Amino acid sequence: MTAGRRRGAVTRAGALPDTSAPGAEYDVVVVGAGVVGCAVARELARRPLRIALVEASGDVGEGTSKANTAILHTGFDAVPGSLEARLVRDGQRLLADYARETGIPVEPLGAVLVAWDEEQLAALPRLAEKARRNGHRTTRVLGAGELRAREPHLGPGALGALEVPGESIICPWTTTLAYATQAVRSGVDLHLDCRVEKADPGAPHRLITPRGVLRARYVVNACGLYADRFDALFGRRDFTVTPRRGQLIVFDTFARSLVRHILLPVPGVLGKGVLVTPTVYGNVLLGPTAEDLDDRTATGSTAEGLAALRAQGGRILPALLDEEVTAVYAGLRSATEYDDYMCAAHPALRYVTAGGIRSTGLTASPAIAAHVVELLADSGLVLGAERPLAPVRMPNLGEAFPRPYRDAELIARDPEFGTIVCHCERVTRGEIRDALASTVPPGSLDGLRRRTRARAGRCQGFFCGATVRAMFEEAGHPWPER
Amino acid sequence: MAGAVNRTVDVLVVGAGPAGLAAAARLAAAGPYRIEVLEREQEAGGVPRHCFHGGFGLADFGRPLDGPAYARRLARAAMVAGAAVRTRVSAVGWSGPLTLDVTAPTGLERITARAVVLATGARERPRSARLVPGTRPAGVLTTGELQQSVHLYGVRRERLGRRAVVLGAEPVAQHAVRTLRGAGVEVVAMVTEQSRGPRRFGAVPPPPLLTGARVTELLGRGRLTGVGVSRLDGRSGVIRCDTVVFTGDWIPDHELAREGGVPLDPGTRGPAVDGSFRTGSAGVFAAGNVLRGVESAGAAAGEGRGVADAVLRHLAGAPWPLSGVPVTAAGALRWVAPNRIDEGAAGRAFLLRVREPLSRPLVEVSQDGRILHRSQLLGTAWPHRSVRLGAGWARRVDPAGGPVTVRIGS
Ligand SMILES: Cc1cc2nc3c(=O)[nH]c(=O)nc-3n(C[C@H](O)[C@H](O)[C@H](O)COP(=O)(O)OP(=O)(O)OC[C@H]3O[C@@H](n4cnc5c(N)ncnc54)[C@H](O)[C@@H]3O)c2cc1C
Repeated sequence: MTAGRRRGAVTRAGALPDTSAPGAEYDVVVVGAGVVGCAVARELARRPLRIALVEASGDVGEGTSKANTAILHTGFDAVPGSLEARLVRDGQRLLADYARETGIPVEPLGAVLVAWDEEQLAALPRLAEKARRNGHRTTRVLGAGELRAREPHLGPGALGALEVPGESIICPWTTTLAYATQAVRSGVDLHLDCRVEKADPGAPHRLITPRGVLRARYVVNACGLYADRFDALFGRRDFTVTPRRGQLIVFDTFARSLVRHILLPVPGVLGKGVLVTPTVYGNVLLGPTAEDLDDRTATGSTAEGLAALRAQGGRILPALLDEEVTAVYAGLRSATEYDDYMCAAHPALRYVTAGGIRSTGLTASPAIAAHVVELLADSGLVLGAERPLAPVRMPNLGEAFPRPYRDAELIARDPEFGTIVCHCERVTRGEIRDALASTVPPGSLDGLRRRTRARAGRCQGFFCGATVRAMFEEAGHPWPER
Repeated sequence: MAGAVNRTVDVLVVGAGPAGLAAAARLAAAGPYRIEVLEREQEAGGVPRHCFHGGFGLADFGRPLDGPAYARRLARAAMVAGAAVRTRVSAVGWSGPLTLDVTAPTGLERITARAVVLATGARERPRSARLVPGTRPAGVLTTGELQQSVHLYGVRRERLGRRAVVLGAEPVAQHAVRTLRGAGVEVVAMVTEQSRGPRRFGAVPPPPLLTGARVTELLGRGRLTGVGVSRLDGRSGVIRCDTVVFTGDWIPDHELAREGGVPLDPGTRGPAVDGSFRTGSAGVFAAGNVLRGVESAGAAAGEGRGVADAVLRHLAGAPWPLSGVPVTAAGALRWVAPNRIDEGAAGRAFLLRVREPLSRPLVEVSQDGRILHRSQLLGTAWPHRSVRLGAGWARRVDPAGGPVTVRIGS
């Protein structure tokens, strides 16, 4: 396909497109629609290729990508020389540009790594040196006085900090969705609720799903927590994923004035510690815990985890504990036995794996995508001439940017933007309506929340839950069981 | 707010629940003032809109009504009296001490008033705010969401679930049970940390009651499959269910108050007021459940009428008290309201809430070590029900003295 680009199909049920005729197969099937898989699909959409993105769950970004700490990292503390270090550094730049272009909310707050004891204080110069080796020369050690002037609500005992300018907060939901939206508008087919259960590697590969068989010349594994299991379907056993759970507490927006930077812990022998950071939605995040588990579905919170977080949060920012809690969630990072991303091409198999994308994958995603496309080309995929992607402009979910409920012109044109439905988050009827009719519509109320913030606020649906649900159902969506 | 229309009114009431509507009705009836009520929902009436049970209206209208009928009557009374009751209009912030920023389908407005009455009500703390751990499945509700789903949107059992657990045993929890049953959902347990549940449950049998017990975990992926429960005596287990309703545990909807810098009381978490419903910000009044969580609708409406009288005095030029002796809660008392003494307080009873059930407790009011009042309550004081304390002692408060302490003990 060259001229007159077709918009991709988004399917959630029914038979998959028939790819059985010779030449009807997809050129590339990307498996896993997390932030990485969506970024890869978008990157591939620049080429005149037939591409599908398939996802086991009912929405994009349902795995690790929806439940992280939402930081756009500089990569100052990556292992120098690693693939991760390079992709995070490149990804940071690419994603910041992409955010500007598409309207993904980003706030460049800068981070401070707060030292609470002599040992941590002593570690700061070493971290500054590591940052320098990663190409970040702007870090600076702050004394206790300067730190307190910058962060007046810090608890007693902070001895100093390393300032890392450039660390930012970002909206992880919009990022994944922007990639997916742009990919679909540029011709990628997105098949949701479509778990690849078996693979029959060959020419073409056959991917077996409950909705039928997909044939593909090339396959990309972007299966996140299941990347090792998917590798096994192609006979590869290069690494094992260990889910590392991170529990997080989201505090009310009234806590936002308590903190100005991303407050990072100083990594030490006892692990990485918890951070306190504003979110682009105006809340304050406390977490994550770090627990290595066996269960790849264990995204529950625990009483011990929450108690530990509150204890640590109370030391970092005592006033935080007086504020109401808006939400609690847990995410699983994809740790492996190696200290780096596990990205590999298997040219003979016409297969590329992007695995072990641990706690920096959101930041690195555009660079991982470019890297994966290179690996595909190295494996023999003829990419074809580059062409421009379909433009996207995402609805703004960030508090630092104009929201529809305060936009007089928009309301004058369309009064639905003057009717607030979700009062806590100030989400208007117009925004919900548009999300329900968008390129990649939500398959559940949670998906709607990630597109609009509806029901994400302090009341968690006490006021708006029934109305939002009714709008969701009116739009023709089934009662969400998931 | 660029593009906003500037307007002025005499009194701007935020919230058309029982407190706001009752205030507006009396204010509009009392004089040639421009009274405007802002309501962010589609209909006026506040929480009673979705309370499809009796128990409303006796105090105000002299006849028993259900919630929606009561809401309609209150709204009609306010409008008939001449107040402008506007729905789908949200006050979203302040741009001056008595100027509110407003979003409506008709556009943005900036409304300046001579007096602002905050009557924004309360909400129930959801599961997250109560820090109940576990998974995040569908089927977890508050009473507010449950009632609206069933009564305003007609959601039935197929959608709600088959087996529900209700957390709490207070009146609100009983309404949740009734709503669930009415929708065809079996209520398999009521769980409360209190030592006692409801004595009576109308003509129908109450659901199995678990007292002295806490929900420790939510289970299930996608849809709720059960709740982990542990008893204070150490026993624990799992109740299978696909719906859980978190009831009671109210918190004032104090967002607008806080955003406007209106001082809050640490006990109630609502705006601190004196006996005339005056907050710490000149010209800003507060009444109803925003003051301290849920009392009955009739009580909120009563406060609405009370605040109207105070607003009228203010419009007539009464001075705004710059200070006033604070009233603080001590001992087993969670909060006391009102939170400051003024000359108007002498008539209006104080409300007290205990932390745990206390049988025949002793109440003591003191200032600077001087006892102003001491009495023993009859019966039991429950955490979910306010104890009323007459304010006769308030006349003996030294206006130049230290804080007044209300202490409760057994
Ligand atoms: C607590 C925590 C904090 C983090 N903080 C940050 C941060 O601040 N900044 C940052 O940049 N990164 C952060 N991350 C990491 C980031 O979220 C991940 O790196 C990123 O989400 C990885 O994306 P992914 O696409 O690889 O995986 P996922 O988001 O898990 O996506 C994989 C998808 O593949 C699907 N899938 C799996 N198997 C199949 C199959 N057989 N068939 C079809 N579909 C399948 C899954 O359903 C899933 O949707 C954090 C992670 C955690 C857990």
